[in-house]
Amino acid sequence: MMRLAAEGLGGERGGETVFSGISFTLGEGEALTVTGPNGAGKSTLLRVICGLLPAAEGKVQFSGGGDAFPDVASACHYLGHRNAMKAELGVEENLRFWQEFMGEPHLPPFEALEMVGLGDIGHLPFGYLSTGQRRRASIARLLVSYRPVWLLDEPTSGLDKASDAQFADLMGVHLEDGGMIVAATHLPLGLKGARELKMGEAAG
Amino acid sequence: MLALFRRELQIGVRTGNGALTGVLFFLAVVAVIPFGVGPDLNLLARIGPAILWIGALLAGLLGLERLFQADREDGSLDLMLLADSRHMRALTVFVKCCAHWTVNVLPLVVVTPLLGLFMNVEPAGILAATATLAVGTPAITFIGAVGAALAVALPRGGLLVSVLVLPLTIPVLIFGVAAARGAVADPDPFLPPFLILAALMLFFAVIGPLAASLALRWGGD
Repeated sequence: MMRLAAEGLGGERGGETVFSGISFTLGEGEALTVTGPNGAGKSTLLRVICGLLPAAEGKVQFSGGGDAFPDVASACHYLGHRNAMKAELGVEENLRFWQEFMGEPHLPPFEALEMVGLGDIGHLPFGYLSTGQRRRASIARLLVSYRPVWLLDEPTSGLDKASDAQFADLMGVHLEDGGMIVAATHLPLGLKGARELKMGEAAG
Repeated sequence: MLALFRRELQIGVRTGNGALTGVLFFLAVVAVIPFGVGPDLNLLARIGPAILWIGALLAGLLGLERLFQADREDGSLDLMLLADSRHMRALTVFVKCCAHWTVNVLPLVVVTPLLGLFMNVEPAGILAATATLAVGTPAITFIGAVGAALAVALPRGGLLVSVLVLPLTIPVLIFGVAAARGAVADPDPFLPPFLILAALMLFFAVIGPLAASLALRWGGD
């Protein structure tokens, strides 16, 4: 049984505490949406969870991942504001690279692209894509390699309604397969049964 | 790791300007020297290897600041750092350095024989300069990676990287030029400085990526 647990987590930016005392536990098939005003530390929280930023206090633990996912960083897909794709390379080339680099192959790149509705433009350089298409291509990155935990930072920014719904379906499937999702968002993601973590209410 | 190397090569080849800028800069440095020094062929032949080395050193520093910056800007760097348990960070940096060297610095080594002719360096000297550059320039890239990692978050870190890195490359320059000159000037030996140069390169191949990966780890935001 995989479990992601945060205990009394605190994060800081440039020496100033942006949040503290955040605790949650996620089991298989559970999702957590993180909401709050701008500057409340949603992105910082996600970066602290996956270990890109050191935690000022508290700790995050991931257990039950076996040999393939021994720690939090290895168990996470991180979808940040930036898409982590090279404009010079084709969409499918980008995905193939990430699949080879990240290991644990899940879907072949062309299938992942079809899942996000980009099946016919895999050969185009990533730089030619529109904002929404870029976002969808980087959502396809979540599908080419398997990770139990998805950390999503404003995943639906730039997406139209149809892609929004499509992405909600993808997240639903991931949860059904026993995955976990932590998403920072302003917009409703259409996740059923997701718990909510409100940040920054005291700080204002 | 092979995938990373291949990707870096593809990007380097498709953007293409890195290698061209370096080669043109190298050419510019070497081509103006004879005009500045005057038409003394013996003098040119004597300082030729040194000029080739200085030119290649400076040209090799060009574009180094983009080594991690480009990946940071599009978010790839985050994912590479996260993959630590599958691909050790230092190894990722090492592979990126190798790819950077292949795309941007290897062309400099390739044009060295031609530029050696400009400087009236005799064939043995040209051969020695090319060989020392082939062995020595990776060290410059490995040292440069540390500077690039430190300056990764700075918007215009190019000059800073060069200033940080240049003092550290001095030993490489000294032994590189010593070996290149040793091949032509009679009493000076070639092999000892050449071997020290190779040792320096191997040393920095270990230290550079390790230090750079630590800098990237703690420079994150």
